[in-house]
Amino acid sequence: MRTLRDRVGAAAPVFGVLLLLLVAIAVVNPNFLEPASLLAYLKRAAPLAILAVGQYFVIVSGEFDLSVGSLVTVQVVVAARLIDGDESATVPVIVLLIGLGLLVGLVNGLITTRLHVPSFVTTLGMLLVLSGAVFLWTGGAPRGSLSESFREPGRQGIDIPGFGQVPWSALILIAVAAGAAVLMRSAWGHTLVATGDNDRAAALAGVPVERVRTTAFVLSALAATVAAILLGGFAGVSAQVGEGLEFSAITAVVLGGVVLGGGRGSVLAALAGALVLEALFTLLNLLGVSGALESTVQGVIIIAAVAYAARRAGRRRRPPAVPEPSPQPA
Amino acid sequence: MKRSMVLATGAVLLLATACTSDVPPGGAAPTAAPGTSAPPAATQFFDQAEHDRQLALRDEAAEGPADQPWVQMLEPEMVDTAQYATQGPHNVCFSNASVDNPWRQVGWTTMQAEVDLHRDEIANFTALDAGASDDKQISDIQQLVGGDCDALIVSPNTTATLTPAVEAACGQLPVIVFDRGVDTDCPVTFIHPVGGYAFGATAAEFLADQVGQGGKVLALRVLPGVDVLENRWAAAERIFAARGVDVVGVEFTENDTATAKSVVSDYLQREGQINGIWMDDGTAAVAALEAFEDAGQPLPAISGEDQQQFLEKWQAEGLTAQAPTYPTFQWRTAVIAALQILRGEQVPSEWILPQPTITSENLDQYLQPGLPPLHYALCGCQQMPDFPARWGA
Repeated sequence: MRTLRDRVGAAAPVFGVLLLLLVAIAVVNPNFLEPASLLAYLKRAAPLAILAVGQYFVIVSGEFDLSVGSLVTVQVVVAARLIDGDESATVPVIVLLIGLGLLVGLVNGLITTRLHVPSFVTTLGMLLVLSGAVFLWTGGAPRGSLSESFREPGRQGIDIPGFGQVPWSALILIAVAAGAAVLMRSAWGHTLVATGDNDRAAALAGVPVERVRTTAFVLSALAATVAAILLGGFAGVSAQVGEGLEFSAITAVVLGGVVLGGGRGSVLAALAGALVLEALFTLLNLLGVSGALESTVQGVIIIAAVAYAARRAGRRRRPPAVPEPSPQPA
Repeated sequence: MKRSMVLATGAVLLLATACTSDVPPGGAAPTAAPGTSAPPAATQFFDQAEHDRQLALRDEAAEGPADQPWVQMLEPEMVDTAQYATQGPHNVCFSNASVDNPWRQVGWTTMQAEVDLHRDEIANFTALDAGASDDKQISDIQQLVGGDCDALIVSPNTTATLTPAVEAACGQLPVIVFDRGVDTDCPVTFIHPVGGYAFGATAAEFLADQVGQGGKVLALRVLPGVDVLENRWAAAERIFAARGVDVVGVEFTENDTATAKSVVSDYLQREGQINGIWMDDGTAAVAALEAFEDAGQPLPAISGEDQQQFLEKWQAEGLTAQAPTYPTFQWRTAVIAALQILRGEQVPSEWILPQPTITSENLDQYLQPGLPPLHYALCGCQQMPDFPARWGA
């Protein structure tokens, strides 16, 4: 089990980096420190942060979910077509989207755990299936439109007199973060980390490894559903809405010090990783370096963070004098 | 064991990230000026003679029926095509760059509808989609030329790379190029609307009129380095400078509505107020306007494009707006030109189509209710069979 020092040690850098970036933004743009600006930043970061939370569950269990970006696109496009501006359709469609999210997560999880297809392949396949299906269904151009009430959570907020508007998405983000933190402290959270750390040992200790991992995929797909509702609400219908989000989410999780391959890292640090990424993009934008450089920055971050994590893992796992047998199935 | 797995997965992730960073060329609306391959010098994207020519063409009267702009032509120099005349019905082939954005989708649907109008003359219409890959398009063209085609229509993915393949095809059969150009005049005709300079200048002049000297304009662009988009901005930049408009920022959005909305929100915070939005591509126009709404600010003067949801918002809210266009009706023209050539009728060597501008005065005439939000109004398809159902209504 992890010690407190272990936990803080892994998470501390990302919070430091986040603070540093926020200060840097404030230096470039002093307005940023006003509550309205900070809330606007949270509103913008919320979808990615929620995706990062979902991705964290999957990564810490030792797997990947590459399908979340195209799932977001599918959800937004499906919602627009089915709602088609009709307010009364909002709630049934949201229920349907949640169902769709559950289904996709379940399929990802079952194929990975029961058919023993590596999750990288399963979810990459799901990415292609979903993006192909949405292309086929729409012919490349989405139809219909979202209702005002569907857009409410991603676009509006609660007006607090004398303070301004607190966006719904910021509140939803806080709720998701709190829920995830509680979940990771529960017995289920411990079995999830144990599964990612060493699934054979976990199985021998009585953890239902397959079910735990499948649940992680379902949680990730549900997070994608929430992100889709927020993103569709924020900016409306677009066939590109989810493009590249899976990589942003994985980058965020890695930035949060969560080890690829599973077993180590905190969910709140993963969430902070998403905030760092969004802050970084905001800063780059303010400094006038935008666009194509974002992917470069993301690439450098993945390399640096994985290298850093591998070094740490290497130090921690320096082999004892007598080589131990491989702790993992090959 | 674990460590090597971590590194391996990291490496795979990187590969995959690299793939997503390939920005598709062209955005919604691609190249006009032929012969502009792109070394990264800023002046590379400004050709004074072509700029002046396009700006002058905006005021030229087009030849041909006014109610069918897709067969109109500006300053045509007709060429003889008797050598290509053959007995029908014909096999017409089409090498398409891609259908990866709504502009190309609407164009492609319109083109297929045009083919269906000529079922007596066209026995087979074979289309290959290159999926935005130059390599695939080169082999598509070779495959079509080697097959049983009487005429080949090409919508090139990029200008310079596709030139040799088009040149090779020209030796075998009549070639019709439209939308983006190629660096050769061997095609029988090259079909395109007036061009990027005219687009950008029309939008900039409108905004300069609206915001006045010292007015604040934010320029939203798709991505750098695409010649037609650079042309649009090059023309606009000069007009803003000449008219004393304060350009508070030039930002790239990659046509992502969320990015566009965020960028505009940032600028509203920083500047307090923005009087005008200039766009080189109107895809994200509605998102940009929503940023003003959400910030509780009055809506700015805006130049968008002929995208359905923008036109609907324009009409509903009485926007101060204008929409220069890069008409999708040119996809019809390509089929019409192919048939004229196969009949041995004269066509212009450079078929310059008019580039109408939507204003508040003629908005009603272009806006057709019930179409999908990303439909492009200048499809010239309103009178075609199965309209509007075929276009997604």
